[in-house]
Amino acid sequence: MFDFIVSKYNYWISIVLMMIGLYGMIAKKNLVKKIIGMNIFQVSVFLFYISMGKIKGGTAPIYWEKAVIYDNPIPHVLILTAIVVSISTTAVALAIIILIYKKFGTIEEDKILELMEKENRR
Amino acid sequence: MIVYIVLIPLLSSLLTPILGLINRKTGFFVTLINAILTFTIIIYSTRKVYIYGPERYFFGGFEPPYGIEYVLDGLNSVIILIIAFIYLLSVLYSKKSLEKEIEQKRISLFYCIMNLYFTGILGIAITGDIFNLYVFIEIASLSAYTLIAMGLKRESLMASYNYLIIGTIGATFVLIGIGYIFMATGSLNMADLKLRLPSLYHSKMVRTGFTFLTLGLMLKLALFPLHIWLPNAYTYSPSTISALLAGTGTKVSAYALIRILYSVFTIDFDVNIIPFSKIFIFLSLIAIVMGSLLALAQKNLKKMLAYSSIGQIGYITLGISLANESALQGSIIHIFNHSLMKTALFFIAGGFFYKQGIENIQDLKGIARKMPLTMSLFIIAGLSLVGVPFTAGFISKWYIVIGAVESKYYIVIPVILLSSILSLVYIWRVLEISYFGESNGNEHKEELPVPLFFPAMISSVLCIFFGIYTELPVELSKRAIEILWGY
Amino acid sequence: MEYIKEFLIILVPLSGLICSLLIYIFRNEKYFKEVISVISSFCMFVFSLLVGREVISGNFLSYELFNLSPTLSIYFKADRPAVLFALVASFLWIITNFYSIEYLKGTKDKKETSFYCYFALTLFATTALAFSGNIVTTFIFYELITIFTYPLVTHKGTKEAVSAGRKYLAYLMGLSILFFLTALFLTYGITESLNFQEKGLFASYENKKLLILILFLYFFGIAKTAVIPIHHWLPTAMIAPTPVSALLHAVAVVKAGVFTLFRVLNYVFTPEIILKINGHFLLIAISSATIIIASLIALKQDNLKLRLAYSTISQLSYVVLGFSLLNKISTLAGLSHIIMHAFGKITLFFCAGAIYVQTHKTEVSQLSGIGKRMPFTMFAFAIGSLSMIGIPGFGGFVSKFLLFKGISDFGNYWLFFVLGLSTLLNASYFLPIVYKAFFEEPEKTEGHRKNLESLFLLIPVLVTALISVLLFFACSYIYDFIGDVRS
Repeated sequence: MFDFIVSKYNYWISIVLMMIGLYGMIAKKNLVKKIIGMNIFQVSVFLFYISMGKIKGGTAPIYWEKAVIYDNPIPHVLILTAIVVSISTTAVALAIIILIYKKFGTIEEDKILELMEKENRR
Repeated sequence: MIVYIVLIPLLSSLLTPILGLINRKTGFFVTLINAILTFTIIIYSTRKVYIYGPERYFFGGFEPPYGIEYVLDGLNSVIILIIAFIYLLSVLYSKKSLEKEIEQKRISLFYCIMNLYFTGILGIAITGDIFNLYVFIEIASLSAYTLIAMGLKRESLMASYNYLIIGTIGATFVLIGIGYIFMATGSLNMADLKLRLPSLYHSKMVRTGFTFLTLGLMLKLALFPLHIWLPNAYTYSPSTISALLAGTGTKVSAYALIRILYSVFTIDFDVNIIPFSKIFIFLSLIAIVMGSLLALAQKNLKKMLAYSSIGQIGYITLGISLANESALQGSIIHIFNHSLMKTALFFIAGGFFYKQGIENIQDLKGIARKMPLTMSLFIIAGLSLVGVPFTAGFISKWYIVIGAVESKYYIVIPVILLSSILSLVYIWRVLEISYFGESNGNEHKEELPVPLFFPAMISSVLCIFFGIYTELPVELSKRAIEILWGY
Repeated sequence: MEYIKEFLIILVPLSGLICSLLIYIFRNEKYFKEVISVISSFCMFVFSLLVGREVISGNFLSYELFNLSPTLSIYFKADRPAVLFALVASFLWIITNFYSIEYLKGTKDKKETSFYCYFALTLFATTALAFSGNIVTTFIFYELITIFTYPLVTHKGTKEAVSAGRKYLAYLMGLSILFFLTALFLTYGITESLNFQEKGLFASYENKKLLILILFLYFFGIAKTAVIPIHHWLPTAMIAPTPVSALLHAVAVVKAGVFTLFRVLNYVFTPEIILKINGHFLLIAISSATIIIASLIALKQDNLKLRLAYSTISQLSYVVLGFSLLNKISTLAGLSHIIMHAFGKITLFFCAGAIYVQTHKTEVSQLSGIGKRMPFTMFAFAIGSLSMIGIPGFGGFVSKFLLFKGISDFGNYWLFFVLGLSTLLNASYFLPIVYKAFFEEPEKTEGHRKNLESLFLLIPVLVTALISVLLFFACSYIYDFIGDVRS
């Protein structure tokens, strides 16, 4: 059992990170903190992908005479794309947060909801 | 040929802001040309698909399973046909309606993002590679967030932000699911996966991957308990975007779900190996009832339509999860029909805002006397939503119920009928207020301007047309089923 | 010529549809509406006669309009009961047309166009329902009747009219969607066929409980029969203009209900199957209860139209009772009562309308001495009442007599008591009106004009009254025509 946990430690880390990230996205009231949570969540998935590409005894997938096995490069390539996506999501989110701050004067979710409710009641 | 379906929108999305530097008005024309051109190409290649069979395109000449491929077959040609058509109508509608709904200096940027969104949804529909699917989902979603945030109200920012958070969770779930499936099979090509997966159906990895994938897509699809992002996103975005999102956004996710369920996995897996079918039939039924109930409770017209969308999405997923021919056919026809009617309704709701500044249902008092023609379009599309005979909505519901009867899920019948009654009530409420309500002030006629009226007219007249001339959607969906069932 | 013959059957409903279109197009022409309405009602009657001639000479007329899907086709078929129903409806439409010209003038109605338009549309749907060849077509036109009569019920546009309209829709559409449609889907699920057949659809089906469920779903889904727990819509619909109450809520709409029930009992189920599953007891119990209770309610109504409405409910249950006794004679009694009641009740309604136009009186208690000022109208009223009560020498006697014979064939003798009591009650709520009109002194404060009758309102009344008498003597022709319903 212990071996099982230790030998797959990278997956465990990615699961832990995923939970932290999801918690941040859902529970935090500050909009920027939510974005941080989102980033942690996405990074955990990147870790997951990268660890899946690792092969025991494999080297980096660059041509080398002594190499016997190479790691699988495809997940790495995929994750490059995913990183780009993650960055653009973050950029869009931050841009929206800036606009929210300009229009509401705060980035605390509960205060914003309060403001919106007041407006609706009017 | 089929690569142009994605390429042209992408290029025009690049072109729009550049030309926008010279003159702000060029954005609309570039977008219009793009929409027309893409629509023509889609009609052309759909015809070709129908005559010669599926068409494939290998990116960079790398053959699958190594390279990325684009496939156009019976199933996705239906979807891109309706998407491109709705897009064309929305572009026509946008010119006039955007005058009051976004800042004019941003107009060319708006069109740039709109084209990018078009690229994304077409990409989702046309790609044959599941990682590519994820990328296109993100392209479409990112541009959708931006488009929603462009609304002038400050609520639209919060709507966009919430959509972003939930949408990202959904997309990341899809990414995790793809990871698991890749881990199990080492392949990303859909056709290749279909061959490799059956021997691995009992592996936990595949099952986990499947769960994450469907869950992510359900989030994107706004199936009932996962729907919270949808109402605000539809309500507070510019009306062009409400119509466009309602007509295409969730529909394309539904397509992706069908693709994953029946073209990557097989029906045997969905029904027998894991109880996907059983679980999602009940979820869909809950969605159908709750969507209609929540729609009844709304005061804002666009919000009511948005909640009704949630109910209608329930119909689509119901047909998908019943997993027999009639029901799935009904589902595909419903994707087609619901796009038309919901777009028409949002066009008209946007028209009320444009002309009278009306957002709430209560303020519609006596509007039928001011805009009798517009209101008659609303009646047509609304009755189609209810599923009155001789309208498009009837046909798709008919197929879904017949499918349910064939699978002996009799519980489906009363639920669908109940929801039809509920939707009759919420549509009728609008009609009653608009026809019999006492309006304050003058009652001389003022219809919508032609650029707003024309797209609404086309889409609602088609609701009647496809309710009577059912051959086209039925034939198209039959082809789609043939692809999925593999004969 | 052969081609026209094939077409003949849809020409009947089509004349109503074309009429309404023409009225809408030329809505600004003076006198055009009235003329076109009269012409097309004549056309409809003539076409029905032609169809009748074909049917008598043994030709099988059918027409498939279009196929919405393999399981769903709009299919028309002519047989004797259908021709009978179409003939009655179209003939009374001619008379009602003449009547409504004067009535609308008398009440200074502004919305003539919508009145004539929807009136023609309702007749279109009614005759189409008469000739429907399968359950789906029947259902569709059943719903269309509801939709087309809604604007007529809310014709006045007042608050009460709107809420009456809401009730009207809730009962007719709500129940039909919930129950009728469920039954339809269940029927399809069991038999995979929806065409009316002489030998029924369930011939080889054994599950008694499900069959009973389906039968009750049909029975309570067809709310247009107005049996007692589902009758509330009919009295509230009396807010409509009198010609509407006269033709639609005494003839077309309610008769469409009982006609649908007739189809269901005889061509979906068969008497043998219903006898086997013992489904008829509840039908008989409910209809005989309705006969008594509705008459009792009618007794204490002071509003003339409401009294007539409750009388209609009671009389409709004669028809339902006739059908649910399930033997040849009683079915014949039900069908002939459709005609007898139609002519009798329309006379009564016409009289009520004439009284309203001339004196603006709506309550029974105000009618003292009215017979002196409107002698001919009240004379016709007396004839109509006597026919309703079932005095020999008037049309109503014939069907009542047949019903007695049907009961004795059925063998349940306490039903004699029900009929006897109901006759007594009929007499006790109609004859006081006649007595009041002729033998009581008028109130002093009324105007000086002696004779209040206008020719246009009088002639239709006298014609229908005359026919109610003639029907007694012509009853053998009617037997001959519908005699072999179930050969």
